[in-house]
Amino acid sequence: MLEVRDLNVYFGVIHALKGISLSVNEGEIVTLIGANGAGKTTSLRAISGLIKARSGDILLNGQSIINMSAKDRVKNGIVHVPEGRHVFTEMTVLENLELGAYLRRDKAGIAQDIKQVYKHFPILHERRKQAAGTLSGGEQQMLAIGRALMSKPKILFLDEPSMGLAPLLVQEIFSIIKTINEAGTTILLVEQNANMALQIANRAYVLENGSIRVSGSGQELLKSDAIKKAYLGG
Amino acid sequence: MDQLLQQIINGISLGSIYALIALGYTMVYGIIKLINFAHCDVYMIGAYIGFVCITSLKLGLIPALLIAMAICTILGVLIERIAYRPLRNATRIAVLITAIGVSLLLENGMILIASPQVRVYPQIDGLLAKSFDIGRITINMKQVLILATTIILMILLQFIVKRTRIGKAMRAVSLDTEAAQLMGINVDTTISFTFAIGSALAGAAGVLVGVYYNSINPLMGLLPGLKAFVAAVFGGIGIIPGAMLGGYFIGMVETMVAGYGGSMFRDAVVFAILIFILIVKPTGLLGKNVREKV
Repeated sequence: MLEVRDLNVYFGVIHALKGISLSVNEGEIVTLIGANGAGKTTSLRAISGLIKARSGDILLNGQSIINMSAKDRVKNGIVHVPEGRHVFTEMTVLENLELGAYLRRDKAGIAQDIKQVYKHFPILHERRKQAAGTLSGGEQQMLAIGRALMSKPKILFLDEPSMGLAPLLVQEIFSIIKTINEAGTTILLVEQNANMALQIANRAYVLENGSIRVSGSGQELLKSDAIKKAYLGG
Repeated sequence: MDQLLQQIINGISLGSIYALIALGYTMVYGIIKLINFAHCDVYMIGAYIGFVCITSLKLGLIPALLIAMAICTILGVLIERIAYRPLRNATRIAVLITAIGVSLLLENGMILIASPQVRVYPQIDGLLAKSFDIGRITINMKQVLILATTIILMILLQFIVKRTRIGKAMRAVSLDTEAAQLMGINVDTTISFTFAIGSALAGAAGVLVGVYYNSINPLMGLLPGLKAFVAAVFGGIGIIPGAMLGGYFIGMVETMVAGYGGSMFRDAVVFAILIFILIVKPTGLLGKNVREKV
């Protein structure tokens, strides 16, 4: 479904992504793990069009999207939940969800999907008239995911969805990610919490200093000694 | 008492002008964090376009107003596209200096085209020349015109910002540009639209000032521009209702100071307010302190 070929990204003179290649098949959960600064977030940002790659190619269902604007990538089903959630704090929960459907014109479909989001996250329904900035961190994360679902993603990028959340909430967020995936959305997940990520992922890539070091199935990597030592704390 | 009421009425007229200009400053600041110093010159050019429409083209006031707004809209969009867009990723100070450059270009360009001399707006006959008395207070129809136009434009603006798709995009971009992009909002289009609206309002203010004070010149934008900027800061820069409130407040204060014997100090008082608000509440009257949740 998504294929990244030899992607290079520079920030000034810093070579942030050094020829990354990866692929995500339809229906999979694929995770990118690695230390801080390894290039996980940069990879997502380059694929969703927030930053420009210097060279390489990105294919979506066989078609190159490397020259597409971020807007057209959203239109084509690449939807990105950024690190730190980035909800519109001064807007209500409902307005946030409506903005997720910014590119859609089907009013009935939008209303239907808002209901669906409330079903995934009942707390959002309760708080629908509240400003998003007044929500707790976990609720904001749910809103960010719900808002992304409103864009009708074919492939959903989640950047650090568990960051700063209490362990119980982390469990909940991960179980929601599984549910969304089972409902047919392909997921590319970036996580610091490598243990959790590997448990739900079909496949994983390990990034180090802007390059992919290892790749394999989630279970394989969970058992690998090198991975255990470097990223799983023993 | 009569004098007070009379001054209030005068203050509302002046305040309307400041509010219209301040809206452009605040909207542009809200969306790209730039104090657009060229904004006050768009207002000046609006006044000149209105002047040409009324004197050379013999058009009525309303068509002149609409044409001035339309041309200023285009001008505002062009300024953004030519001068500011190439600097989207530059430092803020670079864009700010560019804005001052654009301002000088427009002022001196106008001096070149229209000569530095003061032009006199023709007296408009008919209804607008009339005035009426309530008790011992005189209200002239020009003041009614200014207030009515301002109110209509503000209602229109509120409608656009709150109810339309592009208005939602504007709010989203001003709250969080990157997240807006992830929603599929075209940030460049949204910024252009913001300049368009702000400039249209400035153009309208230009024509209204021409009609009210009768005289215009290429440097007429400087002082009202600065005062409208103070108004925007006073209300909380980036906040639309703040600019309206600030505009009327500054207009009122200035009129009161002038009306009660302080003509010499009218400008000084306005800038003293700027200093005061920056010390006491830098975010402005309606501004909130920004907090981030982890």
